[in-house]
Amino acid sequence: MTRLTWFYRLASPPTSYATAGRLLPWFAVPAFLLLAVGLYGGLVLAPKDYQQGDAFRIIYVHAPSAWLSLLGYSVLGVSAGIGLIWRMKLAHALAAAVAPIGASFTFLCLVTGALWGRPMWGAYWAWDARLTSELILLFMYLGYLALRSSYDDLQRADRASAVLALVGLVNVPIIHFSVNWWNSLHQGSTVLRAGGPAMPAAMLIPLLESFAGFTLLFAAIACIRLQAEILNRERRPTWWMDSAIKGVPHD
Amino acid sequence: MTEFFHMGGYAAFVWSAYGLLVVVVVWNVFSARALYRAAQAAARRRLAENVL
Repeated sequence: MTRLTWFYRLASPPTSYATAGRLLPWFAVPAFLLLAVGLYGGLVLAPKDYQQGDAFRIIYVHAPSAWLSLLGYSVLGVSAGIGLIWRMKLAHALAAAVAPIGASFTFLCLVTGALWGRPMWGAYWAWDARLTSELILLFMYLGYLALRSSYDDLQRADRASAVLALVGLVNVPIIHFSVNWWNSLHQGSTVLRAGGPAMPAAMLIPLLESFAGFTLLFAAIACIRLQAEILNRERRPTWWMDSAIKGVPHD
Repeated sequence: MTEFFHMGGYAAFVWSAYGLLVVVVVWNVFSARALYRAAQAAARRRLAENVL
């Protein structure tokens, strides 16, 4: 048990609040640098695709958004489950913090996918396995957020929405493997595939930078939202006031 | 330069996608900061109420 004390300390509201605040600049600064470099590389440095021309440049927005939609839901579902099983406030706070971020990137993934599909497939939308399962993911996020907002009491909102979040977790592997399990209009994996990435370095490097930038941005926004969610779950956050008085940075 | 903005005829699709990314990133930053400020204000109110 003693080995777990560091974990309990980290999960205490004052410590987790301060940790999120301290991590924030370490995520935010490289996030914006990598996004700038990656998107410049995607728009300017990468050569045109021999089949898709310049339309392929949408990949630098679309694929990292898709990744964040899945990462966000995985974090949401797993932390909601942890919160439910171990009655851990911090886990519920993290689930609530990442949900709006994940939802926004799921939306971006769907819209940029439509903008890519129109010139390449001739249609903005198709009721295809990949597209449909991603749309269901957006509905899971929106359902989770709507259910939460229907409760005034945060603890009850946490518990009720966690059940929904946990159920929706089954959709994550379905989305990921949908292009392999069903005949899909959507192209298969380009980067994480057997035999290595099917892309030249000039295209691949900006894509990896973009992936890293998106992921760090997700972490940075999650830190800000997590601080708010932790504070909202404290009836009397005297530790927060104390740190404000002592001048310990909490902003 | 015009060739760059033309995007090989796919300008409307490519620039819409990148424009939407900017909108989503800006929304994320501002909504998170608004939530954070609201949480701070609410915490300050709760602490003031419970001073007794």
